Amino acid sequence: MSALFESVGRRVPRIESREKVEGRSQYIADLYRPGMLHGAILQSPFPHARIRSYDLTEALAMPGVHAIVTGDDFAEPNRMGAFIKDEHALAKGKVRYVGESVAAVAADTEAIARAAAQAILVDYEELPALLTPEEALASGVHIHDGVERYFKVFDAGSQGNLCSRTEFSEGDIERGFGESDLVFEHHFETQAQAHVAIEPCGALVEVDPQGRLTVWSANQSVFRVQACVAEALGIPMTRVRCLTPRIGGAFGNKMEPHVQPIAAALALKAKRTVKMILTREEDFEMVRARHPFKIRIKTGVRRDGTFIAREVEVLLDCGAFADDSPGVLGFGLLCARGPYRFPHVRCHGRLVYTNKLRFGAFRGFGNPQVSFAGESQIDDIAEKLGMDPIELRLKNILRGDDRSLGGQMLFSNGLKDCVERARDASGWVQWTNGGAPAPSAPGKKRALGFALCGHISGLLASGAIVRMLEDGTVVLNVGANDIGQGSDTVLSQICAEALKIPLENVAFVSPDTDGSPFNWGTTASRVTFMTGRAVVGAAAEVEKQLKQQASEMLECSAEDLELVAGGAVAVKGVPEKKVGFFEIAKRSHWFAGGPIIGSHSWVYDRPTIDPKRAAAIGLPFPRIGAYSFSATMVDVEVDEVTGAAEVKRAWSACDVGRAINPLLVEGQIEGGVAQGIGFALVEEMVWDGARLANPTLMDYKIPTTREVPYELHPIIVESHDADGPFGAKGVGEVCLVPVPAAVRNAVKRATGVRLFKLPLTAERILRGMLGKN
Amino acid sequence: MSDTLHVKIKVNDSPVALDVPLTETLLTSLRDRLQLTGAKRGCNQGVCGACTVMLDGVAVRACLSLTANCEGQSVLTIEGAGTDRSIAALQEAFIEAAALQCGYCTPGQLFAARALLEQNASPSVEDVQKGMSGNLCRCTGYNKIIDAVRTAAQRLQP
Repeated sequence: MSALFESVGRRVPRIESREKVEGRSQYIADLYRPGMLHGAILQSPFPHARIRSYDLTEALAMPGVHAIVTGDDFAEPNRMGAFIKDEHALAKGKVRYVGESVAAVAADTEAIARAAAQAILVDYEELPALLTPEEALASGVHIHDGVERYFKVFDAGSQGNLCSRTEFSEGDIERGFGESDLVFEHHFETQAQAHVAIEPCGALVEVDPQGRLTVWSANQSVFRVQACVAEALGIPMTRVRCLTPRIGGAFGNKMEPHVQPIAAALALKAKRTVKMILTREEDFEMVRARHPFKIRIKTGVRRDGTFIAREVEVLLDCGAFADDSPGVLGFGLLCARGPYRFPHVRCHGRLVYTNKLRFGAFRGFGNPQVSFAGESQIDDIAEKLGMDPIELRLKNILRGDDRSLGGQMLFSNGLKDCVERARDASGWVQWTNGGAPAPSAPGKKRALGFALCGHISGLLASGAIVRMLEDGTVVLNVGANDIGQGSDTVLSQICAEALKIPLENVAFVSPDTDGSPFNWGTTASRVTFMTGRAVVGAAAEVEKQLKQQASEMLECSAEDLELVAGGAVAVKGVPEKKVGFFEIAKRSHWFAGGPIIGSHSWVYDRPTIDPKRAAAIGLPFPRIGAYSFSATMVDVEVDEVTGAAEVKRAWSACDVGRAINPLLVEGQIEGGVAQGIGFALVEEMVWDGARLANPTLMDYKIPTTREVPYELHPIIVESHDADGPFGAKGVGEVCLVPVPAAVRNAVKRATGVRLFKLPLTAERILRGMLGKN
Repeated sequence: MSDTLHVKIKVNDSPVALDVPLTETLLTSLRDRLQLTGAKRGCNQGVCGACTVMLDGVAVRACLSLTANCEGQSVLTIEGAGTDRSIAALQEAFIEAAALQCGYCTPGQLFAARALLEQNASPSVEDVQKGMSGNLCRCTGYNKIIDAVRTAAQRLQP
């Protein structure tokens, strides 16, 4: 590849920026169709109850009501679930949490639909509610009757209220602890976090004249929506076409279905277009959230700081349905060792059904929780050993030929650079030697805190089609949703770079299951890496066809040709002997060879686990990898009177392989750190018994401009991954993962208070300070 | 639902007459009656700021404003704001700084920024943090928004 990059590495604003600042972007709630109906749901008032019967008489009699669907409209076998098929689109037979969708109405207006939903009478027989994993494991009452019989895509080990269990081991954990000079064991807890995309979830479903469904929705993958709607309704995928409007933010909450199958059932029953948009409260109560984790972590080290053995045991609250939870459990455990050389590791855990909202995918996918535990403990170990916590980490991090847990090769590893650059930028050394980079205000205590992590960006399948138009410009079609992070722009840059054409000559196609190549989804930090590589492959195919055409036009061998900047093919070393894409496109369309279309698709196929190195039980994802790394430093000030902690400054160094667009990489880092600060300090979903007590933005706080430091420094580390497109790998999650532990470690260094539970509220910190005194 | 009121307002300089229920919010009128969807519904209780529009020159939460109270007033939404000098400068600065990601909160952020600049033509970082703390963004971490607002402020200096 030429050293001169035309598009890759440029700080290009998002290609759809102008429509967004002018308010012309259409999100799901902005779509209107002639004669459409509006949908509304009825939610369960009980955490666990059998549904004896429905009385729809009053609701159906209300003027303007066109259709009502209940669990009876969904056949028993039509259960959804990415890992375990345990969920109908509406509660069927039973309700399993407060807020679960029980029935839905389509009516002329939203007001009528909402009033009619409230007029539906459901006869419930209450069952005992199981609100914690411990209660559920001990109880003879089962939230799912016969989870053992549910279809599963992996060996989940489900039994009673145990949804799944997973275990990884390398080396010999008992021997490892035996060989350790010191063994540390701690218990950590993390809270439920709400995604709070500013756009609530919704869907619009139209039945076309052929009887096919067209589904628009707030989503992270049109293909995932297609699969789930087809599964929920028991119809072939050919009858479902999914499209995407602009997405108003998504952090895992819009990957699996929310109301799409319900809206689809209403549209089929009413034979009309149905639009259904959740209120903020409904979105909090019935979409999904980040899992609360309970973590026991035991680490054995030598007196010189060498890491020997680590055991991590986790207990996850699954909520009422499996959703992505088995994946979160498995991935969390895969990350629980941390990117360190531990010869002896055992990570194991259980996922338990409870009568709460389903928990699921959320930026980091289990890694923020286990990293909070692991990275907090490492700081405490450093303190005990009298070592600098960063030196202790540098002594043990993965380098060179070291592998991930499970034995996967690392094709790039910029972790050491991340650590050193975050350390040096923050003035850590000066500060730990007694100097303070900024004086503490009276009544305040201030310190730096550090943490790091590794995270994947390679998994599942992606494709790309690059089509040359008659004028020599191209259309890029990948089926990957841009959820705001900027993938439309980044993938267009990759395409422009590969073909050496201006970015303006690439048109980006909005994902459409009828026309786009398969893309598993915009999730798991995967789009730049996975889909970017598909784009490179498709562009290479176009290049081959261009050269074939040019060789006939220039009467030379295709091997003697190369692409030159600006959209032309030239004889190597003779740049004036060339033909432009325009001429080639004309020839291919009207004379010889046929229109130029390049496509490429692939699936990530490197095994997660090398059986010669590691053992796995209940592995939910046999092929994932491509590790990114990051290191976070935060400067935290704690108020000695109130206990409130404030992040004053932050540095986040992320190894992204190569920054295709540094402006957008910075955006990911800044947004990820902000979300991590929210998770660390202020965000928590609270239940009052079985009912979510704070399902509003008045009561559930996310960071505002006052909680995010202006001095938030993204540091881009480029390690050039040989597997990635132009060396790139993912950044969406590594930036968030270490933040809670870094803040916790800073609070400890400032106040001496060691906390083991998130969020680090003023009350907890103050109690710690008072207790200490 | 016979409690409707005939309301005459100006929306983006065009006169509009609506028969609205007394309880209908300006956000609903704009979005559902006038198909002006630039103002977004994020929380419907005045917390997130995504529905911010200008009412007689003042930035308001459309989800907390009743249309029935707007008789004779002028509403400016993002669809009609391109000719507003301040909004135009903010739009350019937002694009260049990548002060938007998903874009859902952006129209509201632009009006909040405009209101801030009206009060304070050259705000410090802290002034922007204070002035715009009522507009939530879950994507950017805010700093690029702060930069964009200050860049626009500079360019708007006479």
